[in-house]
Amino acid sequence: MLEAIKAPWPWYITGALIGLIVAALLLLGNKHFGISANLRHICAACFPANIKFFRYNWKKEIWNLFFVAGIILGGFIATQWLSNPAPVNINPALAEELASYQLTDHSSLVPGELFSFESLFTLRGFIIMVAGGFLVGFGTRYAGGCTSGHSIMGLSNLQWPSLVATVMFMIGGFIMANLLLPFILRL
Amino acid sequence: MQIIEKINGKETDFEVPAFENSNGNESQQQQPWWHNLKYLAVGMIFGIVFVKAEIISWYRIQEMFRLQSFHMYGVIGTAVVVGIISVWLIKRSGIKTIHGEPITFTKKKFSKGQVYGGLLFGLGWALTGACPGPLFAQIGTGALAVTLVVLSAIAGTWVYGYFRERLPH
Repeated sequence: MLEAIKAPWPWYITGALIGLIVAALLLLGNKHFGISANLRHICAACFPANIKFFRYNWKKEIWNLFFVAGIILGGFIATQWLSNPAPVNINPALAEELASYQLTDHSSLVPGELFSFESLFTLRGFIIMVAGGFLVGFGTRYAGGCTSGHSIMGLSNLQWPSLVATVMFMIGGFIMANLLLPFILRL
Repeated sequence: MQIIEKINGKETDFEVPAFENSNGNESQQQQPWWHNLKYLAVGMIFGIVFVKAEIISWYRIQEMFRLQSFHMYGVIGTAVVVGIISVWLIKRSGIKTIHGEPITFTKKKFSKGQVYGGLLFGLGWALTGACPGPLFAQIGTGALAVTLVVLSAIAGTWVYGYFRERLPH
């Protein structure tokens, strides 16, 4: 049993569990699954700056911050006690492509050469972490939700604007990964 | 039927209820703070799922956008199917929350933000290899530099709030 937990979980188990989390949040307190709204609550709590978008009672949405704290804790628990010592399995074509940008450390789930405090002082590290993070924050709020709010919760409730958002998420991702990222990784 | 489908013309944000003109859609029950611990527990399960299924892996996201792996498509597809069935069952049965409140759903209005914002988020998704949920889980796994990505995402959200009125919606 523990062996099965320690091995990477298959997609159908994971997908089903995520779908059930949608139901669990609704049943526990009529909460709609979504994560990026947290970034807005943090702005509202810490730097509202009298901007209309951040003037609301964020304390009413504090459940969402507890949810995120749980996600951080879950990440810690899974890594400390449920992890599998084998290196991350990567498609050979991707590994070969990454090696051409001197990205060969596959020991953890994020490439150490890109996501580190030292990497922040390289151009490609700065673009990936700072510009990438900015686009995630700006884009999700502009779109009114992220992959959880739109692609999971919105689609579960058959909302066609969420389908539009999801299709645009995918188009943006395809453009970046295939057309722009190769140039950025060469910097 | 316990469903209240709310249409709100002004608010285009899906994840945050319309605070400006609260009309009773969101939870009205006042509960002690420790009731939020149940969401901490659900988040913990979610964080474990994220790590164990490697959804938080930068490599899995790159494979998805290069069509080199079915994994992410399988995860999202299964989650949506199970989600659709769950929401349908909840609507159909008229079941209430464990506190006896009716479960409500919000109707989403189309806005151009879903197109422009969606595209911008997609670019960021493939760069960072993570959407907002996985970013937090990555920090939990010990990738502390991801804190910088989260801080930048908070800055991006703030800048959106600042320019919101001037952007096409």
